[in-house]
Amino acid sequence: MGQYGIGQPVRRKEDVRLLTGKGSYTDDVNFDGQVWAAFVRSPQAHAKILSIDTAAAKAAPGVVGVFTGTDLKADGVGTLITDVEFKDLAGNEMFRPKRDFMTIDRVRFVGEMVAVVLAETQAQAKAAAELVMVDYDALPAVGSTAFAASPDSPAIWEQHGSNVGVHWENRPEAEIEAHMAKAKTRVVVDIVNNRVVPNPMEPRCAVANWADGELTIYAPTQGGRRIQQGLAKTVMNLPADKVRVISADVGGGFGIRGKLYPELGVVSWATRKIGRPVKWRGDRSETFVSDYHGRDQINHAELGLDANGRVVALKVWTIVNCGAYFAENGPRLPINGGGRIIPGVYDIENFYFSVKPVLSNTVPTDTYRGAGRPEANFLMERLMDAAADATGLARDEIRRRNVIRQDQMPYRTQMGMLIDSGDFIGNMDMAMKAADWAGFEARRAESAKRGKLRGIGLSNFVEPSGGRPTEEMRIQVTPEGKAVVYAGTHSHGQGHETVWAQLIQTFLGIPFENVSLIQGDTKIMPKEAAGTFGSRSSWMGGVGLQRSAKRIVEKGTKIAANLMQAEPEKVSFDAGVFSAGTSSVTMAEVAKASYELKNLPDGVEPGLDESYFLKRDPEEFNYPNGTHVIEVEVDPDLGKIEMLNYIAVDDCGKVLNPFIVHGQVYGGVAQGIGQAMTEMTVYDDEGQLVTGSFMDYGMPRAHHLSMIDALFNEVACKTNDLGVKGAGEAGACGAPGAFVSAVCDALKDYGIRHIDMPLTPDRVWNTIQKAKAATAA
Amino acid sequence: MENFAYHTPASVADAAKFLEAHEDAKLMSGGMTLLPTLKQRLAAPTDLIDLAKVPDIKGVCRDGDELVIGAMTTHADVHENALVRELIPGLASLAGQIGDPAVRHRGTIGGSCANADPAADYPAGTVGLGATFVTNKRKIAADDFFVGLFETALEPSEIIVGVRFPIPVWSHYQKLRHPASGYAVVGVFVAQTKAGVRVAVTGAGPSAFRISAMEEALAKDFSAKAIENIKVDAGDLNNDIHASADYRAHVVTVLAKRAVAAKG
Repeated sequence: MGQYGIGQPVRRKEDVRLLTGKGSYTDDVNFDGQVWAAFVRSPQAHAKILSIDTAAAKAAPGVVGVFTGTDLKADGVGTLITDVEFKDLAGNEMFRPKRDFMTIDRVRFVGEMVAVVLAETQAQAKAAAELVMVDYDALPAVGSTAFAASPDSPAIWEQHGSNVGVHWENRPEAEIEAHMAKAKTRVVVDIVNNRVVPNPMEPRCAVANWADGELTIYAPTQGGRRIQQGLAKTVMNLPADKVRVISADVGGGFGIRGKLYPELGVVSWATRKIGRPVKWRGDRSETFVSDYHGRDQINHAELGLDANGRVVALKVWTIVNCGAYFAENGPRLPINGGGRIIPGVYDIENFYFSVKPVLSNTVPTDTYRGAGRPEANFLMERLMDAAADATGLARDEIRRRNVIRQDQMPYRTQMGMLIDSGDFIGNMDMAMKAADWAGFEARRAESAKRGKLRGIGLSNFVEPSGGRPTEEMRIQVTPEGKAVVYAGTHSHGQGHETVWAQLIQTFLGIPFENVSLIQGDTKIMPKEAAGTFGSRSSWMGGVGLQRSAKRIVEKGTKIAANLMQAEPEKVSFDAGVFSAGTSSVTMAEVAKASYELKNLPDGVEPGLDESYFLKRDPEEFNYPNGTHVIEVEVDPDLGKIEMLNYIAVDDCGKVLNPFIVHGQVYGGVAQGIGQAMTEMTVYDDEGQLVTGSFMDYGMPRAHHLSMIDALFNEVACKTNDLGVKGAGEAGACGAPGAFVSAVCDALKDYGIRHIDMPLTPDRVWNTIQKAKAATAA
Repeated sequence: MENFAYHTPASVADAAKFLEAHEDAKLMSGGMTLLPTLKQRLAAPTDLIDLAKVPDIKGVCRDGDELVIGAMTTHADVHENALVRELIPGLASLAGQIGDPAVRHRGTIGGSCANADPAADYPAGTVGLGATFVTNKRKIAADDFFVGLFETALEPSEIIVGVRFPIPVWSHYQKLRHPASGYAVVGVFVAQTKAGVRVAVTGAGPSAFRISAMEEALAKDFSAKAIENIKVDAGDLNNDIHASADYRAHVVTVLAKRAVAAKG
């Protein structure tokens, strides 16, 4: 299909616009007469609110209004959505605390909103916010995950009496212990999967305008339809079509921007309350204390192996710290998000799984790049390394003996997922060859001469992709023969403008440059638009477009037949041209004719504009997978790690644009390495966020990484017409396991088997000292 | 950020006069620390006195046995300056390790030293080279300049004009970067000067300090081995979530040894 077809490394057509300041981000939106909002946020992790005195703030220059949660409640504003329900084995429901859009009598984390100040300028709003006097009565706080799960921690929701929302189990433990008991070797790992602060480049922002009985709100989201519905129902008490959410260009989503945040509710309520447009632009400090955080699990796991190094049973106990409230997906992540894939690429029949979502005085956690799958894969890979260690088998060998083979596919996992395809052995072979695994010991010896400890590590992963099971895509061919895609998906960095244009050129022969994308506006996006998250767009959006295009061709065939005076059955379509015998008409000619009544055959409506509402089985996913290999060098005197080489072998199914998929791999890897190497979120015992800025929170920088060699082991997905699998979360799944494996390999002579992430110099050095002391003792 | 009046005096004397007259005025050089502080509303000076338009306090020149660097010289300029590279390459290297490129093209030597961040790089370089701060009022030896955490010997209306560095025989800077901020978790500057060996440390304590035991040992035997058993007392060092005091104490010795070994 030429240089712009499927599979071509087409440069992103949106980049010039975005990189030359011509994007349209929320902060670019301003209304005449708008006021600015600033939020008063709690400095306390846990406290009763005794009183809120707004008098001084109301009297400050430029202030238009100061409101608290009581004002929202009085207007009937409801509570935020927790879209999860789990029961324990006895049938007891999960505790689901209600979260007001703005808290009224209690704060439960540092950064929680307690009041909003509206003023003529942002500076006036911020200055007045400092004048709001909140009288707090401090309560004991729960800052750490382990403490939250302990019966000794004070319940931050007294009515529940415990910080554990539910003790979910997939089955009684005894059933699996019966198998575990037969194991020749039992290995145990204890892991802290560290909390991370997602930090999209664009801080959150919102501009809300109430006019003519309708709310319009601009905000960075990952689609908008769900936020529209949530705002209409829980905040505005309006039909959804009276609420319009617009997210034109968005500077990063990563899962956390797909949520209805309380700030959106407050500014929506406020514009109607005061009758003026309201704008809020959060700063980076607010990102740290109000955007949902990611990860934050404690895992304890046991793997039983037979004499051949085959796994006979697996038991996993997970505590996930969901923060002060259960956010939309919080407790879902370890269970549905990651848990279902926990045996990973491995064929493990007997699996016990226990999850305790816990509440604490921290920012709520929710979906973040991978949303439970990186945690699950990391755990499996640490177990495999431990199993290698215990059995004396090489790290790749123990994996080879346990991976699901191609001849077992489609493979039904213990948790009911159907892995359709994947070449897990091939991934390992390809990655190890590219990394020259065989030649590693010579490189290790060379490093040793320089006083450096070299290590190599690998990590397999698989992750269910696809997200919500519905999506709608629409293609309009204009009378000029150009195509406009009205997408239900939402590109906030993924490059859909480019990839959808490639698909349209491939399916309809309309030139790449004549395809434009409209997205992110609930007024004009398809009715059933879902959005972009969970690595779903290539499948749900791509196949949706393919089916819409098919409808365009079907209708175009009828019109073309009429134009050519041919039987429709005799008309064929290829590369933008309808042909019948020696006659032919182009898509552009057909498009033009479609808008002219005289050219339409009987029963054919004018226009060339088709949608497809794609539904799939909600239990059906696609399964991107891969093997990542990392080589590192550790400076044992400083505990400092240098990454030397990164090989990523990914099976993302059919690759629509390798240039863009490489970008997804690099980005995911950078975030995975960030979690593994630099990103440390610390709450102290009082629930204060100690790492609340880039001065203390280590975002990964280019110099932390080596170059990344991204390779594909392409196995077409069998469950969708395009053969695609997700790509967005692969890097974040593969990087942490390979990185920790490599570092532990470097440090193996000290007897070090595991170090919890992030592997900062201080932590690595202290681990070495402890290991040395243990050896000496 | 609160509103403030912005001034660009044409001379150091004018800037000083203004400082004397306005109690809540602040001097600004590169603004790399000051501006984020204002944006976070942690400070609200009534007036900002920007030294950018003051002539003659920017640039590098040689004056006999000393290299003179104007207070408003950026880190990037120090890093790239041919004279610095030729005469004190250890200092050029230090300047090139500060922050990131954006910071290095705005931040200045005078601003950095006056701010006296305990983890800034220049304090190690100025103390390690036995530099002298020249202000509008007097000269202050670097040894006496850094008094404590964000605290210097500068008086309220005193302005750094430049820094005079005695040209050393040899010098070298070793740094362990903070994974988030890029500041020095520990930085060690070692110099062989005409007045003897100097070893200065930043990042580890509340302000830059010298290690006399190492200086004495190196004076006798300038080798990494000579100092391998000399350790600073962890009890006096910073202890935070990024680096324990014990770790810092250890790193001081490691980096000092590496600095010495760099002489080859």
